[in-house]
Amino acid sequence: MKILVCISSVPDTTTKITFTNDNAELNSAGVQFIVNPYDEIALARAIELSEGGKGTVTVINVGEAETDPTIRKALATGADDAVRVNAKPRDAWFVAHQIAKYAKENNFDLILTGRESIDYNGTQVAGFIGELMNIPSVSIAKKIEVQDQTALIDREIEGGKEILSIPLPCVVGAAEGIAEPRIPNMRGIMSARTKPLQVIEAEEVAELSSIVKFEAPQPRGEVTLIPAGEPEKLVELLHNKSHVI
Amino acid sequence: MSVLVYVENTAGEFKKSVFEVVSYAKAIAGLLNTDLTAISIGSVDPSNLNLLGQYGASKILNVDSDQLKSFVNHSYASVIASAAKSENSDVIILSNSFSGKGLAPRVAAKLEAAFAPGAVALPEVNGQNLIVKRVAFSSKAFAFTELKAVTKVLSLTPNSFELKVNEVQPEVVDFDPQLTNDLNTIIKDIVRTTDKVSLADAEIVVSGGRGLKGPENWGLIEELAEVLGAATACSKPVSDAGWRPHEEHVGQTGISVQPNLYIAIGISGAIQHLAGVSASKTIVVINKDPEAPFFKVADYGIVGDAFEVVPQLIAAIKSYKAG
Repeated sequence: MKILVCISSVPDTTTKITFTNDNAELNSAGVQFIVNPYDEIALARAIELSEGGKGTVTVINVGEAETDPTIRKALATGADDAVRVNAKPRDAWFVAHQIAKYAKENNFDLILTGRESIDYNGTQVAGFIGELMNIPSVSIAKKIEVQDQTALIDREIEGGKEILSIPLPCVVGAAEGIAEPRIPNMRGIMSARTKPLQVIEAEEVAELSSIVKFEAPQPRGEVTLIPAGEPEKLVELLHNKSHVI
Repeated sequence: MSVLVYVENTAGEFKKSVFEVVSYAKAIAGLLNTDLTAISIGSVDPSNLNLLGQYGASKILNVDSDQLKSFVNHSYASVIASAAKSENSDVIILSNSFSGKGLAPRVAAKLEAAFAPGAVALPEVNGQNLIVKRVAFSSKAFAFTELKAVTKVLSLTPNSFELKVNEVQPEVVDFDPQLTNDLNTIIKDIVRTTDKVSLADAEIVVSGGRGLKGPENWGLIEELAEVLGAATACSKPVSDAGWRPHEEHVGQTGISVQPNLYIAIGISGAIQHLAGVSASKTIVVINKDPEAPFFKVADYGIVGDAFEVVPQLIAAIKSYKAG
């Protein structure tokens, strides 16, 4: 089984997000970039599914040379090889086109993404790839098993799950619970240096949308402290002032 | 030309989030000076379809075929795209529900539309374009995305747009999408883990953290949730420790919620947790540590031991509800 895992490079979860250039761009000064946490669990599940000679795992990233350390981290974690599409990842539509093009040319059985990236939170790439390749997609999967040419998937729904049986090839967005993230060991880190990282050029894609500006959330006012032992005051405020109960 | 809204049913019923998305789509139709058409797929009773008229849908396309009884994102996307073409709809609105998240990008890709997932406010009209405010950086910021293609798809974050009654008598029309492409997805089972209100739909969320000391103490969280009609949630350390299931974890790498009321009990307020809840309309924090960072982003706080404060709060809510 050939598995392709799509990874993106995102600000570390502890980052305080600020903007520059008149709030049009992320201020990346001092920001530590990591493998998107959902992509990390997608990768961990791909490695589990391929272990014991059952398959290979290729990671793909759309990014400029600065994302190479993120890709090497994925290789250290256990991917067999990597591809970087050499372009600024303008938006999800652009990224999905690059991945779909590579995947079409290389016959993967399973394509895994994270359910969303923690920077733009669109949950778009898996659905776009599915449509561009005319294969099934599941955007938020809590579990995946593969039997022969079929993927058995738990899809998250409001208050429960749907159990799906889907023919391969398909594209699946990994959510929490699909696997535990893996931490690279020393041997992995050493071998990552010599694993193949192929750099390919991007294809042109029409720009359909663009971000014009960012805005920080409105800060809340000062907290109103209610003395312990007087919870009826809280109930009164929630009812009469905030109108939420 | 009309605005087209997809109305997702849950076992033949429409949830509140569906009426929100219809209200939102109607407001956009108003901005663009056009009408609103809704499309429903699957078996929905005519009396339920007519409810959509209360929020301004003047035409309802009803797709009730055996082949499309249950939700499969690629076939539903084909139906919606085909309806958009036959109605000449340039703007298509969906809910950013779990199913909507799988569906909307496929609809957008089929129509080569510009897509704004997770809209939180009415768009601004800029010539032929729409500028849409949406969540970014896991609620640490908002991004304003300009949709520049002729066709535009927006998905609305649940609980971010108020219901707005706009009563019309809807015309219900059967719509035959003429499907050809089926990718053979089989739904083997649907398992509801809870018959209570789900976290994604909840207007009130009661959430517990490590301060509760162990899973055996969750009765406190559940009881408070029950008296409020709320869903329960937890912080990441709690789900990592296996005290609660992963689907209850709210935060940057779990589920993002924006209920009307979020009550955090024994949660210190790490930046990753705050990211997932900061869009909540009102936040209450109960923590024995007065220095807990969560108090800085809360509307109301009680500094005290959860094991004393929460039972008192439950009693106070019960007596308010009784009164």
